[in-house]
This record gives sequence, C-alpha cells and structure tokens, in this order.
Amino acid sequence: MLKRLSVAMVGAVLLSSALAGCGGGDDSSSGSGSDDKIVLGFSQVGAESGWRTANTKSIQDSAKAAGIELKFADAQGKQENQITAIRSFITQKVDVIAFSPVVTSGWDAVLKEAKDAGIPVILTDRSVDSQDTSLYVSFLGSDFVEEGKKAGQWLVDQYKGKTGTVNIVELQGTTGAAPAIDRQKGFADTIASDPNLKVVKSQTGDFTRAQGKTVMETFLQSTPKIDVLYAHNDDMGLGAIEAIEAAGKKPGTDIKIITVDAVKDGMTALSEGKINYIVECSPLLGPQLMDIVKQVKSGGTPEKRILTKETTFTQEQAKTELPNRQY
Amino acid sequence: MTIIKHRLFWPSVILVALLVVNMFTANQFITVRDGHLFGVLPDILRGSAPLLLVALGMTLVIATGGIDLSVGAVMAISGAVACLLIKDLGNQNAVGSVLLIMAVAIGASLLLGLWNGTLVAVVGIQPIIATLILMVAGRGVAQLVTDGQIINVQSSPYAAIATGHFLSVPIAFLIAIAAVVLTVLLTRRTALGLLLESVGGSPTASRLAGIRARRITIMVYVVSGGLAGLAGLIYSANIKSADSISAGNLIELDAILAVVIGGTALIGGRFSIAGTVIGAILIQALQVTVVAVGVPSKATLLFKAVIVVALCLSQSTTFRQKVFGRFKSRPAVTAEVPA
Repeated sequence: MLKRLSVAMVGAVLLSSALAGCGGGDDSSSGSGSDDKIVLGFSQVGAESGWRTANTKSIQDSAKAAGIELKFADAQGKQENQITAIRSFITQKVDVIAFSPVVTSGWDAVLKEAKDAGIPVILTDRSVDSQDTSLYVSFLGSDFVEEGKKAGQWLVDQYKGKTGTVNIVELQGTTGAAPAIDRQKGFADTIASDPNLKVVKSQTGDFTRAQGKTVMETFLQSTPKIDVLYAHNDDMGLGAIEAIEAAGKKPGTDIKIITVDAVKDGMTALSEGKINYIVECSPLLGPQLMDIVKQVKSGGTPEKRILTKETTFTQEQAKTELPNRQY
Repeated sequence: MTIIKHRLFWPSVILVALLVVNMFTANQFITVRDGHLFGVLPDILRGSAPLLLVALGMTLVIATGGIDLSVGAVMAISGAVACLLIKDLGNQNAVGSVLLIMAVAIGASLLLGLWNGTLVAVVGIQPIIATLILMVAGRGVAQLVTDGQIINVQSSPYAAIATGHFLSVPIAFLIAIAAVVLTVLLTRRTALGLLLESVGGSPTASRLAGIRARRITIMVYVVSGGLAGLAGLIYSANIKSADSISAGNLIELDAILAVVIGGTALIGGRFSIAGTVIGAILIQALQVTVVAVGVPSKATLLFKAVIVVALCLSQSTTFRQKVFGRFKSRPAVTAEVPA
C-alpha cells in the first residue's frame, strides 16, 4: 500500500515538473517568438450597466487594434474575484496589469505582490485609496469633480447678467458613491460664483430611471417653481423627463435639464430638445489605455493621473454626434 | 379605547400624519386637472401600486408560514420579457398585441412562481432558500434577456397601465385595488382564507385534517409570482423601459416590511390584507415625504428607520403596557420586587 502510494507520488512529481517545464518553454517561446507582442492582463468590475459593457468593448477592440494580447477577467462585482484574477496574472507573468477596482480599499497586499514581481499596474476608471502611490504607475479615468464643474459652468454662462433667482433641483447618484459626491461638489463650487443660482432641493435618485422619476414627481409637487434640473446621470434625467411631462410641463423649455454621461438614450433626448446640456463621462478609454501600456513597456513613465478624453454636448452637437454613439 | 387597541390603529395614525405633512408641503394635495386626479395624493397611490401588488402576494405566502424573496427578480424578468417583445412589434401602439404580450409576461411569472412552489412544497426546500435561488438567478436571467442593456419602448397602451387614468383615477392604482378586492373576496368569502391560515398554523395537522396542504402552498407561490409579474409590468411601463438591473431591486424587503406593518405574523397562520394595503401605502408615503420635506440623502435611511421602529414598538403589546400602562401597573411591580 505504502509502496503504491510512493509510486503514485513520484509519478505526480514527475508529471508536475513536466508540466512546469512545458509551461516554462511556452513562456520563453512567446517571449522570444514575438518580442513586440505585449501581454496585458485586465480585470473588469463586471457587466452591471450599458456604460460598463461599452467600456469592456472599447478595451477589447483597442487591444486588438494595437496588437496587444489581452487576458480579460470579469470580476462580477466581487473584490475577491478581482484579487484572484490579479494573482493569476502575476503567475502568468503578463507584461502589464490593468484593472477597474470594484471598491477603493484593500488592495495593498496584492498590488505589493505585483510590484515585487516587477509587473506595472494601471488603474482605470476608478481609483484605490492606498497610501503608497508607488504601487501603481498611473490612474486613467474621469475626474468627477471636473464633470460637476463643467455642468455648473454652463449654467453660470446661461444666466450671466440676468437677475432673479434661479431655482435648481438636483438628483444625486447613489449616496456615498464617488461620482455622486464629486459631481455634487464640483457643481456646487462652480455655481457659488452666482448668488442667484440656488439649489432648492437635492435628493438621491440612485442613478436609476424609476427613482429619478419618483423623486422628480415629488420635487414638482413640493417646490413652487423649478427652473433647472441637474441630474448626476442620464438615466435619472430621463426618468425625470417622464415626470415633468406628466405634470404638464415641457422638459428643456419650462425646466432646463443638465445631465452627465452622454449615453445613447440621453443623447437622443438631448437632440430632441428635452435635455439642454450633457457633460460626457466616456467609457471609451481603451485607446488611451493601450497607449499607456505601450509607453510603460518601452520604459517610459506615464503621468500619475491621466484624464479620459471627454467633452460636453449642446443640443446642436448632439444631433451630429448621435449617429456615431456606440453605447 | 377599543379603537386604540386595534392592531391597525397606529399604522393608520402614522399614514394619516404623513399625508397631513404632505398637505402642507405640496402645491396641490389633490385636484382635478385635464379631467383626471392630480397632486401628491394620486402620486402616492399610483406609486404604491407595484409594492402593493408584491406585498399582497407576500401576505398570502407569509400566511402559510413561507416567504418569497424572488419577487424583485420576477419583476425584472417580467418587465424585460414584455419590453423585448413590444420593441419588436411593427406597431407598438396595437392594443391587442400589447395585451397579449403582457399576458405572456405574466404567464412566465406564474411559471416562475410554480417553480418556487414546487421547490418548497414538493422538494421540501425551506422557503427562504428555495426563493433565494430565483432571487439571485432571476436577475441574471433578466439581464440575459435584455443583454445587459436598458430596453426602451414607445408604446402608449403599455405606458397607460402605469401612467394612464380611467374615470380620472390612476390605472395603476385601480389594477392594484382590483387585485386586492379579488384576493379579499377569494380568501374571506370562501374557505380559502381559512385553509391558508390552517396550513400556516400547521401543515401536518392540516393535511391530516384532509386539507391538500401541498396544493395550497404551491398555489400561494404561483399567485405571488403572478402578482410580482404584474408589478414588474407597471414598474417598466412607468419608465417606458426595462431596466433589469434596478427593477424591483430590494422590493422584497419593502414588501415584507409592508406585511409586518400590517400585522401579519411572519410565523404564518394569520394574515391581514387590509393591514398590508395600509403598510404598502405607508411605505410609499414615507418615501415621498422624505423628498418633500427635504431630508438630506445621507439621513434618509435613518429617518425611515426611526419611523419604522416607532411603528413596530407601537404594535408590541409588551412595549405598550410598559410605557402606557406604567402608572396603573406600578403598585403591582413594586409589590413584586421584595419577593
């Protein structure tokens, strides 16, 4: 019995060493065979929204276009899946690791492992709260405060030189989420320059259409006069439009609407004149990510903080842009 | 004194109090405009329809000692199926086709309910686990149906079930009330209610007494699924789109809360449909009040919690005796202390 067991164990050891040899050989061949082919390991948050799906597609398409081999892992909204994925990228010895953190904290250990293995890490879309910023080379993503400021600036320009109070209602994103906090802050800071602009009601609409509609209904019922609606994303704005129309008012005319995101449905409403202004929050950061990956691989040091290329849309611009919207 | 002792006295008082607050904060509490009711009260009634339907099904399930956690997922699936089919219609405003599609979506929801009922009554899995399966998997199914995207429809007959009016009353509320009336008639004018409570009290004793306990259990889950499906249609019609990620998200908890506020015991064997109706409208009124009064977002959940805690305490006989019966019972208490 013991003898048989030991034979089996020797067999197992032989087999595993053979496998390791095989894997090693594979590694070296891919390394020498295609020196220019960079391997990128990417761990995505999940597929929780249309925005995220567009984000994934952009990364996959641009990796193909840039000739970068992409190892893609979907974390399905769970941090432990993401940590497992990053560990597996480290053992596979990929050239660069990129990921959108599910949550902000708890990354130090696994990022330290990547650093010790000499693999540079790039954060996309969301940041981490690690004190040690040497754990990642760059953070590519939108600046939510800046988005709020852009929204506020448009409003300030609209009402420049006019007198009389402007009553603003605000539909916030999910309470405690970074985009909600920052978009509120940027907006509030900017409109503070004009004392006529007043946020009279502000409440969370959870980034969803249904909540956006329900909260707007109550805003309309409980506020004597609403001039402007600022919604932290398109979906809440679209829900609010339903409520405004049901109350017999004209969205975009009776109540001016500003939103953030610029997804296809939002852009459609903008081109129809139901929304007045949209600040873009683009998921299409694939091409920029591939540029950073190449830069890192060729020994360059990218900026620590890189902003996604984003713009703003007026109703006229929306009409020309709408046919090209992919998401 | 007897009215104060009624189980639904305090929930009703809080509901009325919330409505009174809204009378002062709202521009129009209730008025007639363009030939239909308009104002904050019709808004609350209309908005409470999905929760009311879901809570109604939940009441029956809880009466048998079970629980249905999958209602939110069923809502998402029903809305997703309906919007997907309506989107492919040549003419989205064709009333007949839309009605047929709604029937298909509700049919699918009934099947999901049958699945739950079978797991509970035939396979013998605990209700909380059996329905948890569909709660988790069902939302995935809904996302699969919509391919993770929000599906928009432009169908006025479909939108009408959520935003339309019939005889100047919101159709959504009429649908919910019709479901309530039908359920009351079936459970209180026939022996069905008695059988439900009997199964909830003791399935084994009921079976030995000649009641088909298994059939009753399957039936309540089927009804709960169907009502959740109907709620899902109203939810998605309200925003003219299927949002499979947020449709009915966490509504199972609100529904359980509505049932509990209404005085139905979670252990089964006793239920109050009137209580559930008050509970569901109260929860919706609370949500509207929070926004109308301008409670900051960060404090909203705490505000709601305080109201719910106050409500639950008011329903506890032990608590009421301790607080309100204090002066009367004090001599008795002090007398017992030395002993």
